[in-house]
Amino acid sequence: MSRFLPWLLVVLLASVPFWMTDYYVLHIMITTCIFIIAAMSLNLLLGYTGQLSLGHVAFFGIGAYTSALLSLGFQVNVFNVPFGVTPKPVWFAMLMAVIVAGFTGWAIGKLAFRVRGAYFVIVSISFAEVVRMVAVNWVELTQGPMALNNIPALTLGTGEFELSFLRKPSFYSLALAVAVISYIIIARIVNSRAGRAMNALRENESLAMSVGIDVTRYLVIATIVSAAMAGMAGALYTHYIRIVDPDVFLFIYTVTMVIMVITGGKGTLAGPIVGGVIFGFVPEALRAMAIKPEIQWIIYGVLMILIVYFLPRGIVPAIERFWAGQKPGDDEAARSVPGALQK
Amino acid sequence: MNSSAETVLSIENVSVHFGGLIAIDGMTFDVRSGEIVGLIGPNGAGKTTAFNVITGFLRPTGGEVRYRGVPLNGLKPHEIAQLGLVRTFQRTSVFQERTVFQNVLTGLHRSGRSNLWDMLLRTRREKESERELVETAQDLLRFVGLEQRASEQAGVLPYGEQRLMGVALALAVKPSMLLLDEPVSGMNPAETARFVKLVEKIHHSGVTILLVEHDMPMVMEVCDRIVVLNYGRIIAEGTPSEIQNNPEVIRAYLGQGKKRA
Repeated sequence: MSRFLPWLLVVLLASVPFWMTDYYVLHIMITTCIFIIAAMSLNLLLGYTGQLSLGHVAFFGIGAYTSALLSLGFQVNVFNVPFGVTPKPVWFAMLMAVIVAGFTGWAIGKLAFRVRGAYFVIVSISFAEVVRMVAVNWVELTQGPMALNNIPALTLGTGEFELSFLRKPSFYSLALAVAVISYIIIARIVNSRAGRAMNALRENESLAMSVGIDVTRYLVIATIVSAAMAGMAGALYTHYIRIVDPDVFLFIYTVTMVIMVITGGKGTLAGPIVGGVIFGFVPEALRAMAIKPEIQWIIYGVLMILIVYFLPRGIVPAIERFWAGQKPGDDEAARSVPGALQK
Repeated sequence: MNSSAETVLSIENVSVHFGGLIAIDGMTFDVRSGEIVGLIGPNGAGKTTAFNVITGFLRPTGGEVRYRGVPLNGLKPHEIAQLGLVRTFQRTSVFQERTVFQNVLTGLHRSGRSNLWDMLLRTRREKESERELVETAQDLLRFVGLEQRASEQAGVLPYGEQRLMGVALALAVKPSMLLLDEPVSGMNPAETARFVKLVEKIHHSGVTILLVEHDMPMVMEVCDRIVVLNYGRIIAEGTPSEIQNNPEVIRAYLGQGKKRA
């Protein structure tokens, strides 16, 4: 039964465009879905390898810009040498977004994993800020704060068989499909030998090395997969909103992803989804109830604090323990350690 | 025991300085194939430091360590483990949040045959590899006597069993030589006796053993040869009976005044 439950949920979610006529709700579901993909990718790093990447939005933004620029084409002068790219098909641009983001992840992984813990946090924040400053200031390439406009939507095939992901119902299906694939990728990694290696290095790095696990290798693999997946989320975002400006690199988006992962339950497969649904829908639901913006944010913040305080390991582990017949709250050991930096 | 056996581990003139502090000073000794060698000495003598140097967790200031002829200088801990030279740690050395079974599976990392694509695509090779690992893990747990505890969380096991768990983890790497860092410290006599049996069983399966330990009766019982460190220098080397009667060893442990237990 529990084996088919996830698929039942997927089928249910896939059926949404057929009966949901409110495009506003569909829009929220799409953006939530994109955020959940990003949160899942962060969870691979934060939850499984234990590295807190506070610059995760950089991979998202790099994916967004790569896909936007390649699908629009661009012309720049690098040291007075003109360099241009003609507009490429959107599917190709998105593929390149994944590759470029993954490559960036590899570089950051190599660079930053020489420094762990707090230093990695600082390196990752700085990296995201640097990329944002580049996006703001390299006007020739990115249009800076004027933003890249008129980004084409994804279309596959031509003529009669053309499949366009311009309208919300079709885009929703695309985002859902990417989310399901991302989930399967992460599930397979963490349930394999590689996943056990990642867990090992989070729990006890010296012991992991002593049993012959090349910890750096698995950190780098995790970073590449995580970055590539965040890049895919960014590419989806670009071709959905169809305008991208340097604000995609804002720190608040990283924070939102971290909140989703921590409240949902880091290191669990369902955690980022549960957290993503809550913190994707809550702000919109509060807005729909016509509550004043300042009150909305207070509710948002209080909700977050309550979850972290009463369920320090997140909602999903609490539910699992509840089902296992234990009290969900009695976890003093976990509560005494600040969740995010817990080793 | 068998002095004609080949040398597997040779430590030559190894020194470790932490700033001005000399933790190990020109340490030289060999371990021959099939031996059980004890490395003893008072607290702060440099025993664990020596272990850290041998297993690549610490770079020596000078000197060379060789394992089966391969210089270990500059190799990373996981590379040394892959050569078959595997250690355990002082105190708790388990993945606390995992079950006993998952711990051993993690330790079997190097035995897995699947690559990343196999894992992503759940190929037959991946499934077969995982099934083999599960079987090997069950065998290993039976070997150390933890099969009843397989589904329990490793972090909540009694102390003695956590030590067995640590040994099972090390054995999962298929070591040809095992380095045990204070394996029986904090154990009660019954647990120690059980552990000694395990060490002998491992030894019989052909594994060379180097152990650091404070429990002298245990060391005297299991070791073929003992190396004594004090203030980073080797002060004595010999069979258990030679060491027990060595005046310099007695002085190092008990001081020059009246004998105290």
